[in-house]
Amino acid sequence: MRVAQALSHRAFQPTLVGALFLFAMFVMPSVLDATWIFNFTQMAIYAIVAASVGMLYGRVGLVSLGQVAPYGIGAWVTIRLAYLTDVPYPGVFPLLLIAGGLVAAIFGLLIGLPALRVSGLYLALVTLLLAVGIEIALNRIKLPTGGPGFRGVAFAIGDREPMPRPFVADGDVAFFRYAVIVAFVMFMIAVAFLASKPGRAWASVSQSEPSALASGINITRYKLLAFGLAAFMAGVAGGLYGAHVQSNSSIAQFDRQAALFLIAVVLMGGISSLWGAVLAAFFATIMLPFLTQNVIGHNFWNDFALTIFGIGLMINLIQTTKAMEKKGLLE
Amino acid sequence: MIEITDLSVQFGGVRSLDQVTLTFPGGTCGLIGPNGAGKTTLFNVMSGFVTPVSGRVVIDDIDLLDMPDYARARWGVRRTFQTVQAIESLTVYENVLTVHEHAAEGSRSERQDAVDDVLSFVGLSDVRDKVVRTLSQRDRRFIEVARAIVGAPRIVLFDEPAAGLPEEETEHLAQIIRSVPERTGATAILVDHDMSLVQACCEWTAVLDFGRLVAAGPTADVLHDERVLAAYVGDEEA
Repeated sequence: MRVAQALSHRAFQPTLVGALFLFAMFVMPSVLDATWIFNFTQMAIYAIVAASVGMLYGRVGLVSLGQVAPYGIGAWVTIRLAYLTDVPYPGVFPLLLIAGGLVAAIFGLLIGLPALRVSGLYLALVTLLLAVGIEIALNRIKLPTGGPGFRGVAFAIGDREPMPRPFVADGDVAFFRYAVIVAFVMFMIAVAFLASKPGRAWASVSQSEPSALASGINITRYKLLAFGLAAFMAGVAGGLYGAHVQSNSSIAQFDRQAALFLIAVVLMGGISSLWGAVLAAFFATIMLPFLTQNVIGHNFWNDFALTIFGIGLMINLIQTTKAMEKKGLLE
Repeated sequence: MIEITDLSVQFGGVRSLDQVTLTFPGGTCGLIGPNGAGKTTLFNVMSGFVTPVSGRVVIDDIDLLDMPDYARARWGVRRTFQTVQAIESLTVYENVLTVHEHAAEGSRSERQDAVDDVLSFVGLSDVRDKVVRTLSQRDRRFIEVARAIVGAPRIVLFDEPAAGLPEEETEHLAQIIRSVPERTGATAILVDHDMSLVQACCEWTAVLDFGRLVAAGPTADVLHDERVLAAYVGDEEA
């Protein structure tokens, strides 16, 4: 995978990406208040998770409702390691993110194993069950908050410590920039894969498995690679989330409702391009809070979220039906 | 030479291929028969999509059925499909490269040259960097052909490649199919209902009906064989 090859690929629009990156790095911090900096940091993180879902569904044809699971695993691993290491050097934090991503990727491969035997709705159900399993496990062991032992949970609120951030990104504005850079790197990794041999193999598998086999593509290997990469991205996002909210991390980010909400907003953002992931993150972390806080009122949040969810599912059903018709599975 | 021995395929209660024993001698061969005769099933067995209940398919002393499905294309078993399967989201170049990069060793520039060479050969150089979903059905047909013959295939299975093509394009396709053995060293097997195309391309032809071998031999002789005529007339009456 060559950088030039990725940069020249049509999935990457360098001018637009560059402009957006510079805008986020230099304009937004000077015009937004602390609340919106917080929300846009969450958007950068959520965009990585949304990109992992969109890549699996849009590029490989794998419907995973369990992508919050590697997100949660990455969060747990990175948070736990951050309390252990206390992040003394800026170079350590990326290693913690990578560690969280790698553990999540291993889990992603385990999610991928049933994908070799089932597809479509059945795969969605299997992955949702795995997400529920992780939700139960996280509810049991809790996210670390600076306490002792393997779990690292401090039960008394006064004993909790904020998760250490890298000292180059200790403040909220600096951490926003940090999250934008990590999101940019994750998107570049995704584009690099999509623009090279694995991306072409995924496009083939997504359209027609017989045709992929006739091209010499090892479908099992490439599906597992897709699950592993998507889980790695979600795991890195989980680590960022931990450092973003520090001692206020919430397991609700990784529960079954969050799983369904994630797929709904990803479908609404669009799965044919990675830009859809940015749009999905905007819906979830900027538009809804904006409507809630400034237009309609706090009680509207749940109803509106459910409406979005319903619309997303309808789009999903329509798309799935069309895809099945196209493949001759429905008259 | 491709030696098929006692090949049987069962789908539930239907025997799609029934103890077929057949030797394709090489060059460009035809495989004809009425609808449901088992032609595509035979291709699917060779491609690894269908597992037979018995039999062998031996090429160069290697039994294809012992190979993993994906490894067969890498080894050199290539094919086209009745319904065009070119990858819509990729460019023409990427479509052909996808097959070649899984089958061939060598440097990036060597692979690029091989892909450009085959695109030029089938007449797709002008649309090399176009995304397939923007192209006509005619172009998509030839993309499939390019995917099947790029690099060094050993067998190329053409499954009704002329479907939907106008007459002048069918002639262009016939030239490509005829040139496959000389160009690549592969054995080409053509399934088509267009007998003029089969006659134009194939020196040797086998005929299947209801999953059984009816006749095999030089194309001109086979097409005048009474059993073959009966198979086709019987099909029309049905």
